[in-house]
Amino acid sequence: MSNVPEELRYTESHEWVSAEDDGTVRVGITDHAQEALGDLVFVELPAVGDQIDQGDSCAVVESVKAASDIYTPLAGEVIEVNEDLDSDPGIINNDPYGDGWLFKLKLDDAAELDDLLDAETYAQQLD
Amino acid sequence: MTQKTPLYDAHVAAGARMVDFGGWEMPINYGSQIEEHHHVRRDAGMFDVSHMTIVDLHGPDVRDYLSRLLANDVAKLGEAGKALYSCMLNERGGVIDDLITYRMDDNWYRVIVNAATRENDLAWMNQQADGFSLDINERGELAMVAVQGPKARDAVIRILASDDAERASALKPFSAAECGTIFIARTGYTGEDGFEVALPADEAEIFWNQLAEGGVKPCGLGARDTLRLEAGMNLYGQDMDTETTPLESGLAWTVAMAEERDFIGREALQAQREAGVPRKLVGLVLEDRGVIRHGQVVNTAAGDGVVTSGSFSPTLEQAIALARVPADAQGEVTVEVRNKALKARMVKPPFARNGAVCDGIN
Repeated sequence: MSNVPEELRYTESHEWVSAEDDGTVRVGITDHAQEALGDLVFVELPAVGDQIDQGDSCAVVESVKAASDIYTPLAGEVIEVNEDLDSDPGIINNDPYGDGWLFKLKLDDAAELDDLLDAETYAQQLD
Repeated sequence: MTQKTPLYDAHVAAGARMVDFGGWEMPINYGSQIEEHHHVRRDAGMFDVSHMTIVDLHGPDVRDYLSRLLANDVAKLGEAGKALYSCMLNERGGVIDDLITYRMDDNWYRVIVNAATRENDLAWMNQQADGFSLDINERGELAMVAVQGPKARDAVIRILASDDAERASALKPFSAAECGTIFIARTGYTGEDGFEVALPADEAEIFWNQLAEGGVKPCGLGARDTLRLEAGMNLYGQDMDTETTPLESGLAWTVAMAEERDFIGREALQAQREAGVPRKLVGLVLEDRGVIRHGQVVNTAAGDGVVTSGSFSPTLEQAIALARVPADAQGEVTVEVRNKALKARMVKPPFARNGAVCDGIN
């Protein structure tokens, strides 16, 4: 059974969003997604400073068997990326909601957060 | 409707992630594919390969028939138990399947063919049997387990009865023996030493569990694919198919042209050889970061080619591939990955075998 933390927001395409105190958000892929992908071996992240629109393909995670696009759940500017994933993409498999985060965004419109799924709705989608 | 092997319950009990593979429900991994891969290179792993098809050919004409059917020459199988890798070609020289043939005795040969190609293979084999006195029998009641890795043979030998253990210990590479109800071949698809064992379906789970108790780790099709790619072995349907000849697929060594044997596809191969083989199958090691995959375009100074199999290599810790490129291509190439040109180096497979990276790869 996949882990779906209560406090996060989710997309149907299996990204999670964590709203930080300073109004920025962190984005990653869910436990369900990392498990389905298997051992991750390469991550291509957006560049700091990139302006991305909601739903844009902005990163790629590759497992041994396949490459998967990551779609940004929200519009905004990329203000930080997780550089530790360059040398060890397996962090995502081990800790998808913690050290395995992908990038941070400064949101264009914080109200877009309300468009995302809550934990209960996302978990139902996995059943 | 997918089919299940006799080991289906054992896979589920071991926590396997099951997928549909050519109409069979098979384990893709039991957790980490990379750990399974390393376990085979360093210790011993086992694969359920019961989805593959064992076909027994009996009759006075069996040798003549196989001599016509296969591009490699079964006359090389001088004694009972010897095994031969070969392609089965169509008249155009295209590969219908690749298979291993075992000589069981003078009038009995055994071939093992791929799961996904089973129907076509059997139809072709039956069609070519006209005029030959032989029976073609599919052995659907047998299960098959591949046990591979430096400790694989010891692990199997430990659980055999003493007479059988002695016979299995004496097997040379690429040969096989019948030990009671089980057939043991010192063959495999991973680049490691080991056995492929065929046994009655109702004995399979006991055998599997005994191996597991002896420390042999269950491994899925995921690890099987990265191991075979590192070992430089072709996958049917990706690295070769009915549109490519063995000469374009790195398999010229399996085509026995020297003698005057009239095998199916010979004329086409001869014509291709005389005209010049236009393409070749090479290995690629990716020098930029990323992973290269089946179907991606390879740019070379001699023209474009295509990645036939590509993946991350757990042993090299970088991406590797097999690719079909123009015959004159050499040196550095690029692979088109999501609108970027990633640098790769052409090498001669295999990439890794017997636990280590091969010479000339790094």
